[in-house]
Amino acid sequence: MGIPLTYPLTLAAVLFGIGLYGALTQRNAIRILMGVELMLNAVNINLLAFGNAVDGAAATGQVFALFVMTVSAAEVALALAIILLLAKRRKHIDIERVNLLRW
Amino acid sequence: MAQLAWLIPVLPLMAALIITFLGHRLPGRGDRVGIAAVAVAFVLSVGVLLDAAGGAVASGGVTWAVHGDQALRLGYEVRGLEALMLVIVTFVSLMVHIYSVEYMHGDVRYKRYFAVLSLFTFSMLGLVLADNLLFLFVFWELVGLCSYLLIGHWYEDPANVRAANKAFLTTRVGDVGMFVGIMLLFAQAGSFRFADIAASVAAGQVSPAALTAAAILIFAGAAGKSAQFPLHVWLPDAMAGPTPASALIHAATMVAAGVYLVAKAFAIFAASAAAMSVVAWVGAVTALFAATLAVVMDDIKRVLAYSTVSQLGFMMAALGVGAYTAAMFHLTTHAFFKALLFLASGSVIHATGTQNMHEMGGLFRKLPITGWTWLVGAGALIGIPPLSGFWSKEEILIDALAANPAVFWMLLAAALLTAFYTTRATYMTFFGRPRNEAAYAKAHEGGMVMTYPLVILGALAAVAGFFAGPFSELVYYGHPHRAPFNPFVFAAATAAWVPGVLAALAVYKYDLVSRAALIRAFYPIWRLLKQRYYIDDAYNLVFVRGSLALAGIAAWFDKYVVDGIVNGVAWATGKLSESVGDFDSGVVDGAVNGIAGAFVAGGRLLRRAQTGFFQSYALAAFLGLVAGLVILVIGG
Repeated sequence: MGIPLTYPLTLAAVLFGIGLYGALTQRNAIRILMGVELMLNAVNINLLAFGNAVDGAAATGQVFALFVMTVSAAEVALALAIILLLAKRRKHIDIERVNLLRW
Repeated sequence: MAQLAWLIPVLPLMAALIITFLGHRLPGRGDRVGIAAVAVAFVLSVGVLLDAAGGAVASGGVTWAVHGDQALRLGYEVRGLEALMLVIVTFVSLMVHIYSVEYMHGDVRYKRYFAVLSLFTFSMLGLVLADNLLFLFVFWELVGLCSYLLIGHWYEDPANVRAANKAFLTTRVGDVGMFVGIMLLFAQAGSFRFADIAASVAAGQVSPAALTAAAILIFAGAAGKSAQFPLHVWLPDAMAGPTPASALIHAATMVAAGVYLVAKAFAIFAASAAAMSVVAWVGAVTALFAATLAVVMDDIKRVLAYSTVSQLGFMMAALGVGAYTAAMFHLTTHAFFKALLFLASGSVIHATGTQNMHEMGGLFRKLPITGWTWLVGAGALIGIPPLSGFWSKEEILIDALAANPAVFWMLLAAALLTAFYTTRATYMTFFGRPRNEAAYAKAHEGGMVMTYPLVILGALAAVAGFFAGPFSELVYYGHPHRAPFNPFVFAAATAAWVPGVLAALAVYKYDLVSRAALIRAFYPIWRLLKQRYYIDDAYNLVFVRGSLALAGIAAWFDKYVVDGIVNGVAWATGKLSESVGDFDSGVVDGAVNGIAGAFVAGGRLLRRAQTGFFQSYALAAFLGLVAGLVILVIGG
């Protein structure tokens, strides 16, 4: 008997929304990264919730979430390295000012 | 020998070619080649003449062209008439050739002179031998060409060129008529050959109207070539050429070609009384008319030129009244004494450097050989017995009186004038006080190369008359005819020349009547004669200026109308090109640029998606995902 499935799903959706909003609207690169992390965590919650709901015995959801966390860690490391480089170069990390690929 | 007659023209032709192409390398620039060729031709001609005198007749030829079943032959025929002409032409040509070696010594175009002289001899001999009208016409034109080339020998002077053109064009007028006449005869008789035409005429196959027309037309050509009125104007001007050439061409041979043609075609003339009448009258009028002009000429060669025209008139008149033998006999004697007179005048010109008789005088002492031979020639021209001219002129007069008294009296008047102008020329040149001391002082007789021909011709001019008998056996039409001696004619002729000589002596030697007084008394007539009856001026005005005016109109038309149209088309094309160009740059290029512009605008519009701002890309990706999901859910 646990909590109804919709609760963690809603939570994940809300978290995903907040994370998306942050990733799309923030000017600070760190904040965008935090948004992306939030989206990844929301996905993790989703995976755990579904994993438990479909077959609690097999730990499919949890293993998948572990994978996501690993990948997310690597990706954050990389992203932070890029941001560091950007900060060194530009002395700022305002992505709106990083528009060399603009037409 | 008569069978070899065809060879006679070939020799001077080859000489002409050799001189033209190899002359510069030969000794004497080829003059010896020319002399040799014509000398051999002369010897052959004498052989042919002896053959013909024995009654031989020769003919032959090669086929020149074939048209259907008609063949045109380059053929020759030789009877007494042709044989006689062969001898005359080759002999006078030989004398002129030899004489020219000294006369033309140092000339700027010595080689060309001899080449043309040989070419002329070839052409004249070809003319003599031709047995059909068409090839006679070909040689007729060739002699005209050679005459043109020789008259214009010193072409640096435009006056000489004008004279050459005048000669060629005037004879051309006659030649047009002649050509029409030839075609007419061909149409009626079906052949160009003299023998065939004569047969046709005798058989009555030619209509009388066509016969008269053809005869008169052919006479037009003869009148042009023999300088009869009104086509006489070229001969005096032709004196611009070298004197030996004048002697050969414009005294003895080419101008005689007209007379010769009438004689060859006599069958046609004899059959038409109207044509004979025309020939006789034109001849008589010319004889008298030219004699009047010779009286006032100051240039010794002009006197001789008008004298030639007059004597040719005698010959034509003789033919016109049917005196065939007499006409040809006079042609023969005239060839000798006129060539002599011309060569003698050449000697005088060569010695004094002038042709104006007012600058001469008393030259007999300085130029004895020239003087004596001139006297023989002059006497023959006047008709003093027993010189040759007397015999031939008598024959003409006798036959003329019998056939047409009016012609007789005109010829008699011409004879009187002949005596006058000849004596005048003789006296002014050779006797009296020299009028130009410088010219008189340097005058000297030429070398034997110039004097021997004079002597030889002089001998012939003296004795040729005694051959009248054999001559009449050789050259006749129908049957031999000798004009019987007529004492009245003898008296009349003597009564013509004696007063003429005396009158000239009275004016020029004894000064019984001063020349100035005569000119004052007869001033209008004198003026008219000096201006040559204004005929040359009239021709110049009507034909020369007229042609130039027509040419001017045609030129105007070409320049303004034709060229106007052409330039107009060009202008229109230009304008059309401009408008097409405008269309091209405006419309076509506009469309192309417009399309490009549309793309550019489109691009400019679309590139606004490239913000370089990753968050807008991320947003777009997310919205796309949402849209896809929505479609999936709704579609599903």
